[in-house]
Amino acid sequence: MAMIEIKDLKKSFGSNEVLKGIDQSVEQHEVLCIIGPSGSGKSTMLRCINHLEEPSSGEIYIDGELVTEENIDRVRTKMGMVFQQFNLFPHMSVLDNLTCAPINVKGVSKAEAEEKAKALLERVGLAEKVNEFPRSLSGGQQQRVAIARALAMDPEIMLFDEPTSALDPEMVGEVLDVMKSLAREGMAMIVVTHEMGFAKEVADKVIFMDGGYIVEQGAPQDVIGNPQEARTQDFLSKVLI
Amino acid sequence: MELYLKGFLIACKGIPATVGVSLFAIILGAALGLLLALARQSRSKLLKGVSSVYVDIVRGTPMVVQALIMAYGVPQLLQSNGVPFKWPELVIPAMLVCALNSSAYMAEVVRSGLQAVDKGQMEAARSLGMPKKMAMKLIIIPQAIRIILPAFCNEFVTLIKETSVLSFVGVIEITRRGALWNSQSFETFPAYIGVAIAYMILTIPLTKIIGRYEKKRASKEA
Repeated sequence: MAMIEIKDLKKSFGSNEVLKGIDQSVEQHEVLCIIGPSGSGKSTMLRCINHLEEPSSGEIYIDGELVTEENIDRVRTKMGMVFQQFNLFPHMSVLDNLTCAPINVKGVSKAEAEEKAKALLERVGLAEKVNEFPRSLSGGQQQRVAIARALAMDPEIMLFDEPTSALDPEMVGEVLDVMKSLAREGMAMIVVTHEMGFAKEVADKVIFMDGGYIVEQGAPQDVIGNPQEARTQDFLSKVLI
Repeated sequence: MELYLKGFLIACKGIPATVGVSLFAIILGAALGLLLALARQSRSKLLKGVSSVYVDIVRGTPMVVQALIMAYGVPQLLQSNGVPFKWPELVIPAMLVCALNSSAYMAEVVRSGLQAVDKGQMEAARSLGMPKKMAMKLIIIPQAIRIILPAFCNEFVTLIKETSVLSFVGVIEITRRGALWNSQSFETFPAYIGVAIAYMILTIPLTKIIGRYEKKRASKEA
């Protein structure tokens, strides 16, 4: 059974149809990278998966369970989300950012949540920042904390929405490294990204989206290395300089 | 000079009443204001309608009229309908009117504060599995409070000054103390100068503190 199954997903904002019928699935341990020009619907698709945008029609199944407005809070705990703008909670220390949801949503004890948070911070290389506040961290550090915050809920799959697009170039590497190590450990991931190098190296499957459709999909060496569709070729010729 | 000092000291006797009413009103007003702001954001048309009509009424009428209605109008209405009702202390309707009045202004302040919190904060909280109410309580409202704190204190300063209209309904606060002494002594100028100074020693330090907090915040965010 696929971990995520998307069936005929459509999404409109007013009269503007952004997703025109997406079918896709993600297996356990699979890394799916979504590439495409801005406005192609790739972020909207990701946001529809955990209902940050409510789909206009179509179905999304997580572990075989249909996602609805009723079960969404529970289903979301299976999915970690990382945003372009980090969205750390600025009024909380790094530690509290990581423990807030496990304690209040899952009912984990404070001691257990803190122990886990410290281990996760260690894993993203920020153990010494545990008592800092987000504003004192660099962009790359904030994004690594955001990844750790999502991992603190023990998700089965991680969703990344252009996680390096808001970063200064010299900080992109440190975030991609954390994501690569996650992929190596077998975490299922869906990554909306403009980092073609990362997609090529880490993805099991790449999909190229344009105009609300999946135009082309397959192994990274095919889609990025040897694209068949004219629109994919055109896009890649512009981003791969 | 002695007369001025006397006028000031007499006015100062009203400070506990003025500060008490203002404090009670700001606290209750803030709580009510938060509820009103949440009602205004809610999906229910009824809640939205009730809160916006309430805000319009309160902001569209003078507080002194509201105070007269609450202090004298309401008991009269109840008594003429056979309900034996009398305010045990006039300060009670006075506090209520100030709180209700303040809540309408606080609702706007809170609403702008909630809107000023980045949209991504709610999304991040929801993506971690928090239901909407929990996200509001743990993530959005604490940030909104920091944003609205200066406006909140400004409202407190305004309220301290506005409670002076309560002297019309017989609450013996700062202005009323001055007025009473004036009617005994006919020392009109010293009496009301004393009243003015008594208000100033409350409002000016508060205003300075707000200014300092805002400066500190601005430098933190830069």
